[in-house]
Amino acid sequence: MSVRHGLLALLAERPAGAYQLRQEFERRTGGTWPLNMGQVSTTLDRLVRDGLVAPADADGDVPRWTLSPAGHDALRDWWAAPVARTAPARDELAIKLALAVSTPGVDVRRLVQVQRTETMRAMQALHRLRVEGAAGADADLAWSLVVDNLVFAAEAEIRWLDHVEARVARAAATRDARPPAPAPRPATAPADDETAARR
Amino acid sequence: MTRGPVLVTARGLTRVHGEGPSQVRAVAGVDLAVRAGELVAVMGPSGSGKTSLLRLLGGLDVPTSGRVTVAGQDLSELGPDDRARVRRRTVGYVFQQLNLVPLLTAAENVALPLELDGIRPRSARAAALGALADLGVADLADRFPRDLSGGQQQLVALARALVGERRVVLADEPTGALDSTTGDEVVRLLRARVDAGAAAVVVTHDARVAAWADRTVFLRDGVVTDVAEPGDPTDLLLGTPREASW
Ligand SMILES: Nc1ncnc2c1ncn2[C@@H]1O[C@H](COP(=O)(O)OP(=O)(O)OP(=O)(O)O)[C@@H](O)[C@H]1O
Ligand SMILES: [Mg+2]
Repeated sequence: MSVRHGLLALLAERPAGAYQLRQEFERRTGGTWPLNMGQVSTTLDRLVRDGLVAPADADGDVPRWTLSPAGHDALRDWWAAPVARTAPARDELAIKLALAVSTPGVDVRRLVQVQRTETMRAMQALHRLRVEGAAGADADLAWSLVVDNLVFAAEAEIRWLDHVEARVARAAATRDARPPAPAPRPATAPADDETAARR
Repeated sequence: MTRGPVLVTARGLTRVHGEGPSQVRAVAGVDLAVRAGELVAVMGPSGSGKTSLLRLLGGLDVPTSGRVTVAGQDLSELGPDDRARVRRRTVGYVFQQLNLVPLLTAAENVALPLELDGIRPRSARAAALGALADLGVADLADRFPRDLSGGQQQLVALARALVGERRVVLADEPTGALDSTTGDEVVRLLRARVDAGAAAVVVTHDARVAAWADRTVFLRDGVVTDVAEPGDPTDLLLGTPREASW
């Protein structure tokens, strides 16, 4: 997604100035995506260039913007289409674990445990925030949905770490059960502490 | 939430099952203290010793070494009868296998610990109905366990652990058979009991359950490998709810 579609969605409701758009964007995304004024003006410039947004009557000195018919079409397409599950942005944890399981001497179990503890801490903190936020008189739905998203993501990460731990343990057990290879290749030989200790 | 006195402690707790080459150290030197007002989650892979630990904390099993105190009483200094009394009065235990008595109705199952403790049947039944109602299953009161779904049996087993004034709740996978909304309700109830002054230890595989805890203890091969306490959420979010601007 883009700030672009966010601004289109807001401008479809009513004409607005850049500052107002920035405020409203942050509020509607639960305060989880702050924008700076530079981003807002650059995006507005591009939207005008592409014919999706046009100047509206100014509010005093403050210039305001509104959606063009093409802008309405672009917005309708955006609401209608699912967000593509493109290749995720490089996830440091996934890469770290991929390297860990193929690097001799790394204690993968420890790495998994340390990460799981950290993720659990985050999940507990988010959960508290959510319970306390939901208890507030005017709980903000947008905000709490975004927090939910983070809670679910943390949960998924913990489940994935459980899965990694089980797979690594099983792989180590299989390696142990096999007779020693006739010509060990040190560069690729399994060498996590676990395997070494049990030999 | 206010933290009260320590209600459950384990010191150097160890439990070895079996003998000789087949012996298993299910619990291998665990230290733990749970205060009133605290909910502790225990997580770990299958066979890591979670149930073994919980049984020791509840006085259902006797450690090979180390000690457990519950509400100030050292279980190792109590005879079987006194231990059973602590279990009935102070500890509510939810078994992983539920252990409902098949010949008793749901309400009778829930009332059982109270009746064993000498409470008159009529008040015991009233309390049981109340506990079932808290869990949203008052309508199941007169059914027998075999006529309940797995999730419903789990709720009845929970009611049995929460009925009366038990200050210590030990629950082994209390949401395992529940859908996530019912599971959430159950943990919320447990949390409320804890906030009202109980101490609870909940064994779970479900991180969403553990998210309700004040601390999560990770077990592996009978040993505590890590403890997670809630971090600071400010780094996780870029903002907090705001006032409407239009
Ligand atoms: N009565 C017993 N006799 C012999 N071994 C036992 C006994 N009870 C448990 N064990 C062993 O002790 C270890 C820990 O078992 P425990 O039931 O505590 O695991 P757990 O963490 O609760 O697992 P799960 O998540 O599968 O319920 C296991 O290796 C188990 O086989
Ligand atoms: Mg178990």
